[in-house]
Amino acid sequence: MTPIEPGFWFVAAGAAKVLAVFSIVMVAVAYMTLAERRVSAFIQDRLGPNRVGRFGWLQPIADGIKNILKEETMPGTASRFYFLLGPALAIIPATATFAVIPFAAPLPTPKGAVDMVVADVPVGILYILALSSLAVYGLVLAGWASNNKYAFLGGLRASAQMISYEVALGLSLIAVLMMTGNVTLTEVVRQQQELGLWFVLPLSLAFVFFVVSAFAETNRLPFDMPEAESELITGYHTEYSAMKFSMFFIAEYAHVLTASALMATLFFGGWDVPFWKGDNMFWHDGALIRGFDEAGAPVLAAPSLWITLATLASFAAKTAFFVFLFIWVRWTLPRFRYDQVMHLGWKVMLPAALGYVVLMAGTMLVLAQLGVEFGLRYGLALTGVSGLATLAFFFFLDRDRIVGGAHAKRKFSSGRLASAAASND
Amino acid sequence: MTDVLFVLFAVVALGGAAGVVLGRSPVASLLFMVATLASVAGIFVLLEAHFLAAVQVMVYAGAIMVLFLFVIMLLNLGHDYRADLKFGLWSLLALSVSGLTGGLLWTFLADPVPAGALGGAAASAIDAAVAEKGAVGAIADPLFTDYVVAFELTGLLLLVAIVAAVVLAKPRSGEEQEC
Repeated sequence: MTPIEPGFWFVAAGAAKVLAVFSIVMVAVAYMTLAERRVSAFIQDRLGPNRVGRFGWLQPIADGIKNILKEETMPGTASRFYFLLGPALAIIPATATFAVIPFAAPLPTPKGAVDMVVADVPVGILYILALSSLAVYGLVLAGWASNNKYAFLGGLRASAQMISYEVALGLSLIAVLMMTGNVTLTEVVRQQQELGLWFVLPLSLAFVFFVVSAFAETNRLPFDMPEAESELITGYHTEYSAMKFSMFFIAEYAHVLTASALMATLFFGGWDVPFWKGDNMFWHDGALIRGFDEAGAPVLAAPSLWITLATLASFAAKTAFFVFLFIWVRWTLPRFRYDQVMHLGWKVMLPAALGYVVLMAGTMLVLAQLGVEFGLRYGLALTGVSGLATLAFFFFLDRDRIVGGAHAKRKFSSGRLASAAASND
Repeated sequence: MTDVLFVLFAVVALGGAAGVVLGRSPVASLLFMVATLASVAGIFVLLEAHFLAAVQVMVYAGAIMVLFLFVIMLLNLGHDYRADLKFGLWSLLALSVSGLTGGLLWTFLADPVPAGALGGAAASAIDAAVAEKGAVGAIADPLFTDYVVAFELTGLLLLVAIVAAVVLAKPRSGEEQEC
């Protein structure tokens, strides 16, 4: 199977992919709001929205119509242009990020095989980091333009938090980049198929860092300082109503969806179907191959519609699980205090992630010196080292000091914290 | 298609650059700057320098965010920055900087890079490096081998700046700050 030739059909396939991915992401975002409300209701022993349609299936549509028809308010003291620019800047990076994520095995068509990714840019992961650093502009601008001190504080918090956790996010990705030696996401998926292990095992601590920073970057609880209802009303979008308010929410859920898809792609094999070699296929010298035989000759792959659908289902299931994880955590953990967020980001995540990068690089160097080939043994050796590092990290983290409340601090009989707690009583 | 995109990015980049200088409010200037840098990143993509484009957005978007914070925290406090921009030392500085830039531009335009220098052998060498090492490796490999001393010195410079910032930000007295 050869790749599709540049020309009319190439453009048509590209346009079809853009349209399909954008609409699926938007529909998924709409139904994530319903999922959030139903799951939160389940966790809190309530029913949740179940009146509009069976099980509330039509609720997102009703919400959408309501938001479009509602009155748009414009605060008299706001800067009009920037106030309108805020929601737009929030939603664009959130939807554009999905373009580089491969979501299924290549689809065979009469004109050639079509890669199931909108744009396989050569700098995939860096593109995502670049867009995520742009995402904060919408929030900060909205907070500043509202001319409201709560909104302003929310915007400031958003910027501080995003800058802090981007460092840990980038460092957690370095381990993945060292493993693949490449930054395109299709290559990340292929290397996991070749290794026979998903990267969550050999790079377990990097996954932990990635999840924590992703929660901070998406402003989800326990990191929703920019909104923090109990302190800032609703933070940066306090002054927004109707569809502009809704756009911030679409942006937030699109971010959650993208972060979940990234967790699935970077650490859980992407569209790889577990325990099955039939879906392994990649491009080599203009041909879609499955791998190399013992003589080193390429073995042609047999792409089919069913394989594409199976891999798509695998990717969707993994992504849906992480979306559920986001919702699950939101309704389980309380919000951090602001200083705890900064403490965790700069004094725990940053040094630990740096140390982990050095440890993994050292282990890979030792394995290369020992002559261990890239394969299952290589992966298992890394899994052992990484597992020990993860255990050590959690052992040091879980001393009731970093995320513990005042109650936990009182247990320390000596030191400043204990005396401060005592003087407060 | 490429030409149309190039003209689009070039117009936005130049218009944004003019906006940075001519804009009345600092926030408008900052957003014009973001537009300019993003358009330059777009031009990098047209030149197939994908890595540079991504890094351009990553580094400058974060840096401008910090500038943004400076602006809204320092300039919005009632400090009259417009008085500073009137005649005096500032206009002298601005004049000399624009003179320098104009001179640089003039020497470049008077003696442009020969047409062949960026094509032919140099271009195919870059293509080969990208094909062999990927978009990132083609830049990272020389950076960490041939130019490693310069790279490390730059890192040292940034470290010095960070240490200086920490020293300046610390409270003067020996007492610990209440947090």
